[in-house]
Amino acid sequence: MSERIYVFKRFERFWHWSQAALIIFLMLTAFDIHGTYTIFGFEKAVAYHTTAAWTLIGLWVFAIFWHFTTGEWKQYIPTTEKVVAMMKYYLVGIFKDAPHPFKLTTLRKHNPLQRLAYLFILLCVGPLLWVTGGLYLFYDKWAAWGLGGLSLEWVALGHTIGAFMMLAFLIAHVYLTTAGHTPLAHIKAMITGWEEVD
Amino acid sequence: MKTAITHAALLLCCAGWLAATGHALAEEAKPEPKPLKLTTTADHAKFKQLQKTFDSGPEVTKACLECHTEAAGQIHRTKHWKWEFLNPETKQTLGKKTVLNNFCISIASNYASCTSCHVGYGWKDANFDFAKQENVDCLACHDTTGNYKKPPGFAGNPVTKDTEYPPGSGKIIKGIDLSKIAQKVGKSSRDTCGACHFNGGGGDGVKHGDMDSSLAAPTKDVDVHMDAEGLDFTCGTCHKTSSHDVAGSRYTPTAKDDKGVQVRGKAGSGNPATCVACHDNAPHKKEARLNHHATKIACQTCHIPTYARGGVATKLTWDWSTAGKRDKDGKHIVLKDAKGRITYESRKGDFTLAENVKPEYAWFNGNVQYTLLTDKIEKTEQRTPINRMGGSPADGKSMIWPMKVFRGSQPYDPVNKTLITPHTAGNDDTGYWKNLDWDKAIATGMKDSGAPWSGKVDFIKTEMSWPITHMVAPKEKAMGCVECHARDGRLTGIQGVYLPARDNNKLVDTAGWAIVLLTLLGVIGHGALRIVTARKH
Repeated sequence: MSERIYVFKRFERFWHWSQAALIIFLMLTAFDIHGTYTIFGFEKAVAYHTTAAWTLIGLWVFAIFWHFTTGEWKQYIPTTEKVVAMMKYYLVGIFKDAPHPFKLTTLRKHNPLQRLAYLFILLCVGPLLWVTGGLYLFYDKWAAWGLGGLSLEWVALGHTIGAFMMLAFLIAHVYLTTAGHTPLAHIKAMITGWEEVD
Repeated sequence: MKTAITHAALLLCCAGWLAATGHALAEEAKPEPKPLKLTTTADHAKFKQLQKTFDSGPEVTKACLECHTEAAGQIHRTKHWKWEFLNPETKQTLGKKTVLNNFCISIASNYASCTSCHVGYGWKDANFDFAKQENVDCLACHDTTGNYKKPPGFAGNPVTKDTEYPPGSGKIIKGIDLSKIAQKVGKSSRDTCGACHFNGGGGDGVKHGDMDSSLAAPTKDVDVHMDAEGLDFTCGTCHKTSSHDVAGSRYTPTAKDDKGVQVRGKAGSGNPATCVACHDNAPHKKEARLNHHATKIACQTCHIPTYARGGVATKLTWDWSTAGKRDKDGKHIVLKDAKGRITYESRKGDFTLAENVKPEYAWFNGNVQYTLLTDKIEKTEQRTPINRMGGSPADGKSMIWPMKVFRGSQPYDPVNKTLITPHTAGNDDTGYWKNLDWDKAIATGMKDSGAPWSGKVDFIKTEMSWPITHMVAPKEKAMGCVECHARDGRLTGIQGVYLPARDNNKLVDTAGWAIVLLTLLGVIGHGALRIVTARKH
């Protein structure tokens, strides 16, 4: 017997999808700037990348505000509980149609591995990209800010490393959306807000 | 500009009316064709000293000096006069008199031809009297008629009577009326400077690439400052001249100007001809990021995307080693390309020419070290630099500069291991351009240079760099980012800067793509396994 619970609120869904679009667009322009391929060309790619970055920052201001006012930030507090069970499930159980070890509720809508992954993105990959990206944007101000000793090469390397990690995350993330009880269940939930639980 | 002229004309008319009788007024009212710019207060046609026939240049100069008593002395102190320059940093004695290049090579023994571009009269050999005041040529720079000519072969003298030259050739050089020219002297102009500087290397646009006759009246696209219908700068607008000494130097160029705008009253010995002298160090108002570019990149690099843009081709290579061929009748050969440009001459060898040339780029700090006749050089696979351009990303004095790099092959003494100064121009038995005989030409040339010659001649590959600084394009036509921010962009060989899109860290990129690929393979494998196992159940 399954029931439907409302896990993703309207703002959260808006945040998720607009962020997804922005990040994908940022990546598209990023590797154009990086010289991997040419879609927009360097000059336009830089302009688009910059605009998208500022838009994402704006979105984050709202998202952070939302997380703290609603208390939803607690969803990202890491836990070791059932982490091993989750790993076992993805490595073995999922192929044997074993039951999902995690019961989703509105207060715990991310499984323990999700929590860890999102926290890693939020605390490591995100800040790496924001700090190096911000420095990149203002590199002509470094000397004025007393950061004259900074090397553009290292900043660029940090930003590139962040980009690769984000891309790897994106691939795994998109794949794992199919790991619900039907392949499209999680995506549906992210669109409608309603998740079916056992 | 037009209103300024109208106002000036009105003022002149008023002044004329106040000062003159009715008869004079009638004369003033009928305006003469005006060769003179209205920026001058003297009409030289009214000077008694100039209302006579002049048979030679020095006679004109004597007349000039009656009023401009100190002018010759000022000229005597300049590079334009001495063709000599002591580089205070390298201690090398340079100047056109001394340096060699890989075009017509050198002046020694070729004075009578080369000195048609000297601001003097009569420099026909090494014994020229540099102290004589009347040897100064005022008209070369102050002619406004365009009729003043100093044909090669006359040691810088104009020809005042119809003269057959070379003697016996049947070719007549028409004499010019120095009196008319002297009566219309004025400020120097693009034409007077250009008479020599557009024709460096022996012809229009040959040497510099960023200076040719298209700058006499350029369009905005060719030169945004000199645009004849726009800002209409003359050379002197930037090359601000003081006491006849023209600012700007090829021997000690200002590679990096961090002194900012040259405001009146501000003390300083900066070069007034730099971009910064007017535009300051942070001229980009909309895109501040570009000001940071300007701390490492010379303005010219982005703002002169190509040189030789005015429709005049410049020479890019010159191979002297192929000179000397004759046709089956024993005559000199001249070959031209489809556009009528000379690509081979028996007298000179093979050339390549081009228009709209993309410069090469190099870190440049303004130090130029010349390879002189006294320097020992080894012939190797590498080209010998005629001038070594100093610079590095780390010296704090260098900027990335656009250069025309002129490559050639020129005579070399394989025993003494020196360059060679051949006698080329000259209507005599040893002039190479007449007889195509290297042995005679080199013997004469080296003797004139006072340098030893072993009697052997070989050819050595050389290159010479010319920083590009003229033909500044309008800002809309400045170089786009992608010209350099690309894998194989214009700055491919430039070290010491991280250029997004050009540069990447191989390790980071390899590891990054490996992780991305492994993730992708991982999820594909995982997914495939799920599909397979789902079917079994």
